[in-house]
Amino acid sequence: MSATWTTILVLAAGTAVIKGAGPLLVGGRSLGRTTTRVIALIAPALLAALVVTQAFTDSDGSLTIDARAAGLAAAAGVLAVRREAMVRAVVVAALAAALVRAL
Amino acid sequence: MARPSLWLASSLVTEPTAADETRESARSGLVAGIPVAVATLLLGVSFGVLARPVMGTVAPIVMSAIVFAGSAQFAALAVLAAGGGAPAAVAAGLLLNLRFLPMGIALGPSLRGGPLRRIAFGQTMIDATWALANRGFGRFDPVFMAAATAPSYVLWVAGTALGVFAGELLGEPERLGLDALFPAFFLTLLVGETHRGRLAVVVAALAVAIALVLAPFTPAGVPVIAACAAALIGLAPQAARDWEPITLRKEPG
Repeated sequence: MSATWTTILVLAAGTAVIKGAGPLLVGGRSLGRTTTRVIALIAPALLAALVVTQAFTDSDGSLTIDARAAGLAAAAGVLAVRREAMVRAVVVAALAAALVRAL
Repeated sequence: MARPSLWLASSLVTEPTAADETRESARSGLVAGIPVAVATLLLGVSFGVLARPVMGTVAPIVMSAIVFAGSAQFAALAVLAAGGGAPAAVAAGLLLNLRFLPMGIALGPSLRGGPLRRIAFGQTMIDATWALANRGFGRFDPVFMAAATAPSYVLWVAGTALGVFAGELLGEPERLGLDALFPAFFLTLLVGETHRGRLAVVVAALAVAIALVLAPFTPAGVPVIAACAAALIGLAPQAARDWEPITLRKEPG
């Protein structure tokens, strides 16, 4: 089997196992207050890390500021005016990044 | 059934049933999932465009259908494109997907039913809809999440096919600013989270620091997983005071 197909099949199986593990292990049980608080805080931690790694890193992991940063700043501007303007913020981000690249 | 008029009358005055609530979750999830799916479509097109020269025409589409994890697919593709073997490509992809472990643990307490049903709900987890289904204080709406993911699944696979077969007509995805879509999208979700309490802002700031410090030295995926450790601030005794109940955020739109 080629490297491509091996990658696809093993990655699919591995991903399914990872996604299923948490629900299988802690399903339905209610956890203590402190545990619940830590788990609830995973969301802001994860989202903040996704924002900066996807906006400010190159494919090799080195930090960089490019058109994506302009897109992110534009989105932040939209959200500062109206917190619920989700779709508008995302569209403005893409337009701003495209504009910076076109210049 | 014997007395339909009476049944109808009583249904008008009683509380909504569990089935009604499930239907409402599915409906509102589907609606909330549409903007996510539009962004996913554009990213899927990018993936198809980039994958075709490396993987051919069929493999990228199959990959999107059975892996269904954007960042992991891009990472595995980057390794294959650089001439790396399957073990390195799989490792890169799985490392990125390891974040679904803490996310799944967070989801767990909200899932009812047997192990197979719970595992099935776990498969519908993607970053954006997991965050949208977060009801605060460790509670999630799994039906909402599954429904919100459905449009993204369809458009991720369709977008990949579009990119594979019509990519040349579109040009480079970067030129259209498509790589700025997801950081901006995660920012909108993060802004919603930080309004739940001061503690969330502190955790987000710490997570940013961890991710940026680690990014240059560790393989892709590690910074995001390590940043989840910022949530451990919740163990501090002061955290109980800072974590005050805040009303549910409004649906986007």
